[in-house]
Amino acid sequence: MGDCLMANVRTIPPIPVPPGSFEARRNQYYSTKILKELLDGVPQDALKLLGVTDKDLCIPILTYVFGEAQVGGTAAVVSIARLRQEHYGMEPDRPLLLERLRKESLHELGHTFGLVHCPSRECVMYLSNTVVDVDTRGRDFCMACRMVVASNTATERRG
Amino acid sequence: MEKKVNIMVVDDEEIVRASLTGWLEEDGYHVEAVESGRKALERLPARNWDLMLVDLKMPGMDGIQLMDEVHKTSPDMLVIIMTAYATVDTAVKAMKKGAYDYFVKPFNPDDISLTIRKIVDHHKLVQENLFLRKELKKQYKLRDMISKNEKMLEIFELARTVAKSSSTVLIQGESGTGKELLARAIHDESPRMDAPFISVSCASLTETLLESELFGHEKGAFTGATVLNRGKLELAQDGTLFLDEIGDISLKLQMDLLRVLEQREFRRVGGSELIPINSRIIAATNRDLAAAIAEERFRADLYYRLNVISIHIPPLRERREDIPLLVDHFIEKFNIEMGKEIRGISEGAVRILMGNDWPGNARELRNVIERAVVVAKGNIVTEPDISLPSATSDANHRTKSLEEIEKAHIQVVLNGNQWNIVRSAHALGIDRVTLYNKIKKFGLKKEGAAPKE
Repeated sequence: MGDCLMANVRTIPPIPVPPGSFEARRNQYYSTKILKELLDGVPQDALKLLGVTDKDLCIPILTYVFGEAQVGGTAAVVSIARLRQEHYGMEPDRPLLLERLRKESLHELGHTFGLVHCPSRECVMYLSNTVVDVDTRGRDFCMACRMVVASNTATERRG
Repeated sequence: MEKKVNIMVVDDEEIVRASLTGWLEEDGYHVEAVESGRKALERLPARNWDLMLVDLKMPGMDGIQLMDEVHKTSPDMLVIIMTAYATVDTAVKAMKKGAYDYFVKPFNPDDISLTIRKIVDHHKLVQENLFLRKELKKQYKLRDMISKNEKMLEIFELARTVAKSSSTVLIQGESGTGKELLARAIHDESPRMDAPFISVSCASLTETLLESELFGHEKGAFTGATVLNRGKLELAQDGTLFLDEIGDISLKLQMDLLRVLEQREFRRVGGSELIPINSRIIAATNRDLAAAIAEERFRADLYYRLNVISIHIPPLRERREDIPLLVDHFIEKFNIEMGKEIRGISEGAVRILMGNDWPGNARELRNVIERAVVVAKGNIVTEPDISLPSATSDANHRTKSLEEIEKAHIQVVLNGNQWNIVRSAHALGIDRVTLYNKIKKFGLKKEGAAPKE
C-alpha cells in the first residue's frame, strides 16, 4: 500500500474504540465519532492515520459504511465487518478479505489526500457501496488521482 | 471543467447534517447544510441549487411546507424528503406534493448514490439541452434581433445580403419594431462594420438645426457658429448614416437630401467646398410614405431614391410566436445587466404577454420584461411581476381623439368629486362656466341618475 501512496507505512499500538460511538439501537458504531478519536491520536511524525476495526460502522443517515475519512484531512477509518465473506453467509476467505481491506484502506486514505470519488471503474477511488463494487474496481489510483495524491503529499511534507 | 452539482441539506439535527455533508462531499458534490426551513429559503437565491435533501419533521416549517415554498419560486427544484418515521401516508403525500423521491433514515448507501447519480445525469441533460437550444437560437438571430417568424427570417436573410452592398435601404414599420436595430445589424454585417454607424432622429430637430446637424456648418455660417462643425454626413464617412423618422423632415430638407443622394456630395452650411460622401444611407419611418406622397407631404423622387431596397418590419401582434423567444432574450439580457439569475417565466405570465396587442411592439415588451426582472422575487418571472399599461389593453386607444379623452377625464373627475362642480372645476383647472359648458357639450350625466329628458 505504501507504494501506491509513495509513503512509508508503520503500525502503532491499538487505540480502543470510544464507548460513546456505540449505537445500541442499531448495534453498530458511528464512524464519525471513531474518526474524531483517531484525529486526537495522530503521531507527530505521521502524515495520516488509518484506523482498522472489526466493528460494523454506520453514520446516522446510512445503514452502514465500509469506512469514513476526512476529505483533505489527516485520519480515516475502515471496518472489516462487511468485507468478510462470513457477513454474507459464505465460507471465510482470508486472501480476499485482505485484498478488500487493502482497497478500502487505500480508498479512504485517498480521501484524506483530497480525492473525491473517481468516475473510472479502474480506479480505487471509484465509489463502492457493496463488496461487489469493491471487488470489481481497480486496486490502485488512476493516473489523474495519483497525480493529486503526489502533489498533495509533497505540499503536506513541506508544510 | 464540469460544473459542480450543488446540494442543499436541510435538517434540524446537527449529526445528520454533518454526516450527510461529509458523505456527499466524498462524492465530489458542493454541499451546504442548514438547520431550518427559514434558513433554507434564505440560502435559496445564493446559488443555482440542483437538489435539496429535506428532513420531513423539523420545528417550525416542516419539510413539505418548505418544499411548497421552494416550488413557488423554483418550480423545477428537485426535492428529496427524508424522514425517520416511515409511514405510507407521508410518503404518498410528499410524492404527490412534488417530491422527487422519499428516503427513510437511515438509507441504504447504494439507494442514495443511485438516486443522486440519476439526478446528476438529468442535470447534465438539462445543461446539454440548454446549450443546444442556444445553438439553435443562433439561426434565429441577426445580431441583436431575434425571431422565428417566417417574414422576419426572410428579412434577416435579405438584410445579410443587402449588407454586402452599398445600396440605400428604407426600413418601414411601427415604432418599437426594431428599425434602428435592423439598421445597426446591416451595418455590423457589412464591410463597413469598423467605420462609424451614425444615427440621426429627424423628428426631434427643427429644420435649421437638422440641416446643420446633417451637413455641418462653417465657422461664421450663422450667429453662434463660432467654430467649424462637421455634420453627421461627414462623421458617417465610410460607415452608415441612419436617418430615423425620415417621414418627418421638411420639403426643403427633402430636396437637399435628394441632391446629396443623387450627386454623392454636399456642402457644409455656409460653405462652398463640395465634400464627397461614400457612406451608406439607411432611412426609416413609421409613417405611410405612399400616403404622404399622395398628400404631397413627401417628395416622390426622394422616396424612390431611398426605396432601393425596401424592408417592412411586421408589428409584434402579427408575429406573436416571437413573444416567448423575445421574453427569454430580454430576460437573459437583463440578467447580465442587473446581475440577476432569473431562469425563466411562468406559463401564466407568458399567456398574459401573448394576449396583449403590443402597440409599442418589441420595445414595449422589453420595458415590461425589464420591470418584471427588477420586481421578480424568485428566480422565475410570474404573473404578478407583469404590469401592462392599462391603456394598451384597450385596443381602441390609438384611435381615440383628444375630445374623447377629455370627455372621459372630466367624467372621472366629476365622479371622483361626487359631481361637486366647484371642486371638480378646481381639480380640472377650469372655471365653473367652462365646466358646465363641457358637461352640456359632452352630454355628461351623473352615474345612476335618470336622464333629464
